[in-house]
Formats: sequence, C-alpha cells, structure tokens
Amino acid sequence: MRRRNVLPGLPLSLGVTLFYVGLIVVLPLAALVIKAASLGPADYWQIISSPRAVASYRVTVLSALGATVFNLFFGLALAWVLTRYRFPGRRIVDAMVDLPFALPTAVAGIALTALFANNGWFGSILGEFGIKVAYTQLGIMIAMCFTSIPFVVRTVQPVLEDLDPALEEAAQSLGGSDWEIFRKVILPLLTPALMAGVSLSFARSLGEFGAIIFIAGNQPMSTEITALLIFIRLEEYDYQAAAAIASVLLITAFVMLAITNWLQARALRYTVKG
Amino acid sequence: MSNHPSRRKPPRVGDNPLFRRTLIGIVLVIGFFMVLAPLVIIAVEAFAKGWQVYRDTIIHPDTLHAVGLTVLAALIAVPLNTAFGIAAAWAITKFDFWGKRFLLVVIEIPFSVSPIVAGVAYLFVYGLQGLFGPLLDAWDIKILFAIPGIIIASMFVTASFVARELIPLMQAQGRDLEEAATSLGASGFRTFLSVTLPNVKWALLYGVILCNARVMGEFGAVSVVSGNIRGQTNTLPLHIELLYHDYQAAGAFASASILALLAVFTIIAKVLLERQGAGRVRKTANPAEKTS
Repeated sequence: MRRRNVLPGLPLSLGVTLFYVGLIVVLPLAALVIKAASLGPADYWQIISSPRAVASYRVTVLSALGATVFNLFFGLALAWVLTRYRFPGRRIVDAMVDLPFALPTAVAGIALTALFANNGWFGSILGEFGIKVAYTQLGIMIAMCFTSIPFVVRTVQPVLEDLDPALEEAAQSLGGSDWEIFRKVILPLLTPALMAGVSLSFARSLGEFGAIIFIAGNQPMSTEITALLIFIRLEEYDYQAAAAIASVLLITAFVMLAITNWLQARALRYTVKG
Repeated sequence: MSNHPSRRKPPRVGDNPLFRRTLIGIVLVIGFFMVLAPLVIIAVEAFAKGWQVYRDTIIHPDTLHAVGLTVLAALIAVPLNTAFGIAAAWAITKFDFWGKRFLLVVIEIPFSVSPIVAGVAYLFVYGLQGLFGPLLDAWDIKILFAIPGIIIASMFVTASFVARELIPLMQAQGRDLEEAATSLGASGFRTFLSVTLPNVKWALLYGVILCNARVMGEFGAVSVVSGNIRGQTNTLPLHIELLYHDYQAAGAFASASILALLAVFTIIAKVLLERQGAGRVRKTANPAEKTS
C-alpha cells in the first residue's frame, strides 16, 4: 500500500529522460547491434575470430590485466596513505589523484609518449637497463594504469575512511600483529570496494583509446589494441568488420557493467551499515 | 615512554613510523612519476622551442578554430546534458515507476562503453551506411563529419555525468520537502527552483564541471565522427593529434597545454566544490534500493 504521490512533473521529466536516453544512447547502440547482426553468424564469427582480431583481444586484455593488478596494489596503497596518514602535501596529492580523469586522453597520450620515448626523461633511463616502454605492450599497460588509477583509489577511500577503529582496537587487544589485523580484519572489509574499483579500472582499460594509441607501436598482431583495430577497419571503409569488432567490445562492456553493478551492490551491503 | 598516554589515541594498524614513512615515500615517488611528470612535461615540451613558437601555435588560425569548435561543442552539449541530468534525477528520485532500475542501468551505459564504440555506433545511425544516412543525404543534412556529429558524440560519452551526481543526493534527501511545497500550492517548477535546487546546487555544479572537462577533452568518439578536416571539424584534442603526427611536437604540446590548464582548473574547482559537500553522497546510497 503506497500513498499517492502528490509531486508534479513526472510526464515531463520522464519524457525528457526517455527521449534523451533513447536518442543519444539507445538508438546508436541498437544501430550498431543491427549492423553487426546483419552479417549472419558465419561471417560474423569469421571476422571476430580472425587472427588479427584475436591478437588485438589478447593485447588489450593482457595489458588491461597487468594495469589492473598494478592499480590494485598501488591504488590500495595510495588510498591507505591518503586516509590513514597526515603529511605535508596530502591534500595536493589527494586532488592530483583526479588528474587522469580531468586530463584529456590525447594529452595524456602524448605526454606519456614524450616521457617514455627512447630519448625521454624516463625512457632514456629505462633504456640503460634494456627496458623499452614506448611502442611496446609495456607502454600500453602504462597508459592504462594512468587512465584508470582513480577508479581504485576513489572506490576504496570512502570505505577506508568509514572503517570503525573499534574493530582494530579489539584485534589489537587480542594481541594481533599489524599484518595479521590488516590481513584478517581490514582487508576483508575492504575487499568488496576494492573489487568494485578493480572491475571499473579493468573495464575502463579495455575501452581506452586516446591515451594508448600514441604510446603503443600500433603494430598488427603485437601492439594493436582492439579499439584501434576498429578505427583502422573504418578507415579502410570495412564497415561490417568495424561493426562486428565493435560489438565484441560492446558486449564486453555490458558484461563488465553487470559485474561492476553486482560488486558495488555487494560493497554497499557491507558499508552502508556502520 | 613508560608513562601511559593519558588521552592520546592508541596507535592504529600501520602507524609504525618506519612502515609509515616507507609507504608514504613509495606512494609519493610512484605518484610523482605517474601523475605529476606528465603534467610537467607538457609545459616543458610546449616551451621547448621558445615563447615565440608557443605563441605562434596558439594564435595560429587552425588552433583558434579548434579552440572555438571545442568551446562551441561544450556550450551546446553541456547545457543539454545538464537539462537531461536534472530531468532524469527528478523522475527517478521523486517517483516510482516500472522499469526504474533498468533506466538507471541504461543511464550508466555510456560510462562503460569505449568511446570508439560510441563513435562507430553513431556512424551506423547517421552515416551513409546507417539507418538514417540515405534520408539525411537526400535532404542534404550533414550530421556526421560535421559539427552536429561532434556534439552528439560528446553528448553520448557524457550522458551519465550530471545524473550520477544528482541521483544519489536527491535520493538521500527524500521527497518530504517537495511534497510540503506542493501541498502549500507551489508549482512543480517553483518547487524545483526554491526547494530542490538549493539543496543540490553544489552537486549539480560538480557534475557540470566534470561533464564540461570530458566534452572538451573527448578524443576517441569525436575522432570517429569528425571528418578530421583541418580548420573545419577539428576540435582541440584532434588538432593535437594532427600536429603530433605532422612532427610538430612543440605545436602539439602547446595546444595540449591549453587542455592541461583546463584539467588543472577542473581539479581546483572540484576540490572547492567538495568542500561544499559535493561528490560525497555518491555510492553511499543505492538509488534503486530504497524505493522498491
């Protein structure tokens, strides 16, 4: 039994919302799906399983995994340092975490390339140790790390802030060492948020384009990401192939969205009740 | 150290000074390399060939045109997105209707779809091989490889920005105030302006600023739907790419410095708005949960 809603404006606000979402979001995605579906199963499969496409999935997924694992540890450390410790410049560091969100990806791309090129600040030093970053898969990973690090930090940070000190005190009074308490008390409480952040970071890395194409070598079969392959197919006027490969990224995005929503709902269940 | 600290908090996990300093040190060093260095190198490279080259790049007609187009795209896309964000937040938080959860998911989609996929998708709506392409061609309306395409592609990638700031906050604030205002005879519009808006203004501005930064910096989606025509359909990020691939590194970085400056201003605005409480409520209340 629900009381009657007296507020006005449902037809207008819902109408505007549905119109906008329909025109801007649903219509193009539907057009893409229709185009991909018009190929027929055999052709579709042949395009999305071609060696070059498969190589691009491998490069994209492996780089995204590498970047996400790095972000898992570094993002957790960064969130921990920002919430647990007070040190000069903490607020500035906290603000700078959002830079990868605010800096346009093309700008990040050329900046990272300049840093990691063979004659760049970092590239020349790493080159002495025989490590090549620019125009290799390592470069792709670094660009992905850069663009997706805020996701992990900003998802874990609020949970870390709300952590009840009494839990730690109880564990301390029972004689637990810092490491034991972190592993058995704190980490399990952080895990849902950490997983949600990690999945956001992974999803973002899979679709990233602007920051990567400058630093990646863009060589087919070895340093070509899936988003770039779509772009190349378009430039070749091979619209069907572009549609088919784009639909693979779209499906991946939907799967990641479902996983992230599920993880976030789980994370909320653990954090909303204080 | 034998005296019992009277009212001091006991050390928490990880407060061991050695561990603490080491961790702060590691994080700051990596953070410097990852985040600050890119910002610094943009400035260094932009002025690598001297102030004169920098100035020449900035006042070059192509650069100015790219800046103008970027600003134009933002001036159209951001207000439309804001209107949509407000409408979506009002509908979702003030009413219960069938399919609300699904609508919330759809609003989140642009956030997780690759910008390249977005660009390709628009090609299949308005392009010659797309749904409306032949019709538009017959009427001689150009959307793709022209300014409207750039604007709607920017609207796709930022569709969630304002709504996702407003929805959690308006959800948390409930409906009581608005119901009171309406029962006292205020119109819906008046209720929104005098009751809802004052409570959400900072969050709204926060969403608008993030939306603006993304519109001005969008690269992937725009590079598919713009024709990349120099001096015509190049936004600033596309202009940067063009110069960069033309081996005009100093010019590319000079143009990039404009966007880097925008990023820094965005972050400063974000920090100031967070002091007013914006950006806090997000993720602490799940909009879909409370209502059912």
